[in-house]
Amino acid sequence: MKNPLRLLAVLVIAALLLAACVPAAPTEPERLILATTTSTDDSGLLDAILPVFEEAYNAQVDVVAVGTGQALEIGAAGDADVVLVHARAREDQFVAEGNGTARYDVMYNDFVIVGPADDPAGITGAGSAVEALTLLADAQAPFISRGDDSGTHTKELSLWEKAGITPEGDWYISSGQGMGETLTMAAEQQAYTLSDRATYAVRQAEGLDLTILVEGDEALFNPYGVIPVNPEKHPGINADLAQKFVEWITSLETQELIAGYEVNGQQLFVPDSEAWRAAHP
Amino acid sequence: MEIAGRALHVTSIALAISTVIGVPLGTWLALTRFPGRRIVTALIYTGMGLPPVVVGLAVYLLLSRSGPLGEWSWLFTVQAMVLAQVIIAVPLVIGVTMSSVLAVDPSLRLQLRGLGASSWQATQALLGEARFGVILGLVAGFGSIISEVGAVMLVGGNIDGRTRVLTTAIVLETRKGNFDLAVALGIILLAISFATNLVMVLGQGRLAEVK
Repeated sequence: MKNPLRLLAVLVIAALLLAACVPAAPTEPERLILATTTSTDDSGLLDAILPVFEEAYNAQVDVVAVGTGQALEIGAAGDADVVLVHARAREDQFVAEGNGTARYDVMYNDFVIVGPADDPAGITGAGSAVEALTLLADAQAPFISRGDDSGTHTKELSLWEKAGITPEGDWYISSGQGMGETLTMAAEQQAYTLSDRATYAVRQAEGLDLTILVEGDEALFNPYGVIPVNPEKHPGINADLAQKFVEWITSLETQELIAGYEVNGQQLFVPDSEAWRAAHP
Repeated sequence: MEIAGRALHVTSIALAISTVIGVPLGTWLALTRFPGRRIVTALIYTGMGLPPVVVGLAVYLLLSRSGPLGEWSWLFTVQAMVLAQVIIAVPLVIGVTMSSVLAVDPSLRLQLRGLGASSWQATQALLGEARFGVILGLVAGFGSIISEVGAVMLVGGNIDGRTRVLTTAIVLETRKGNFDLAVALGIILLAISFATNLVMVLGQGRLAEVK
């Protein structure tokens, strides 16, 4: 009788051989874990600029793209070296609680309220985002909220608060998912939602069936900040490289790369670091 | 393709480790009587139904720098994904091995002892009889962990070029609205799953012939 253990042994050895086939890098690049929001990653910006940093510093940037809330949590737990997010008040709180060393301006874009082109709730031309949300609540028009504690969700909640409305009811849908999924859901159900312009632009270029209805309100300003995680709290942090990353992303050269990043001829992020502002008063 | 290779790589290692742990343990559980064995059996069966995403959460908390094994710096690495997959697959391998060995005619064991086989030889022979079930268990384990998304997304972080596997890439591309790519990746996943099962089934056939 054939030994059945032999088959198992062969399987195990085959698997271990596969494991051994992992290519080893010539000089192991230093690992930097960047916790960031889905908007910077899904928009393609990071893919466009990070190789420059990796080349210059022999680094490997591992991008963990989640919502701003989760990104800050990952940073607070010491599981990332640096965070790049967009929820100003929470960023300041993150630094105040000693989770990060300091917050630096990186860039901004803006949020837009998108919805079906025929705009059943009639929010087109509303004077402000708050007014638009009030109209939506009055009309009980289906609105899809991220509901995931992300930067966009934080912004949305602050707008409802400003409008003095507690959004609830069948018309207010909490998707609990990323911007991309939420836009898809809104398009499928022909509902309204709040989106960062970058993610919307990328999705629209692929034929997403939603239109920008309200934009340009100052309340929709969407600044991104970068924060190195505090190495005093978590000694395992790659603080050196995190600091270099901050210096690099706020440098004039990188800021120009950000300014030059376009999808379908549309610029998605406006550089806004100190160095950039000094050079472009 | 790199993503498919990585998915296979991670899952193969996890399955190999699960086999090394699960098959002997399952056989031992089947052939040994001890107090509390039923409770252990119930625990194993519960383990077979563990929600993968809960395993992911537990592994995440374990490996986080704020967690007990934070010093390892394993979170958001392939090792973390393998660990999660092993935890998902081991109960499956143990459970199936155990029930396959138990399903072998009990008189065979007595017969073997009567013929003067040592305990080790008897165990080998029993495993031989139970091999179809064991192999099926391995196939099931492979299928469940290569197509699992929740746990590997949590503990691997879906990092491009490092921890992105087929399932997490499908989630990402769907989020980005790249449905074509998502569907293509889904087809690759199906093809891998089919090919693996085919190899296992053919292997079973050959084993049967040899017998």
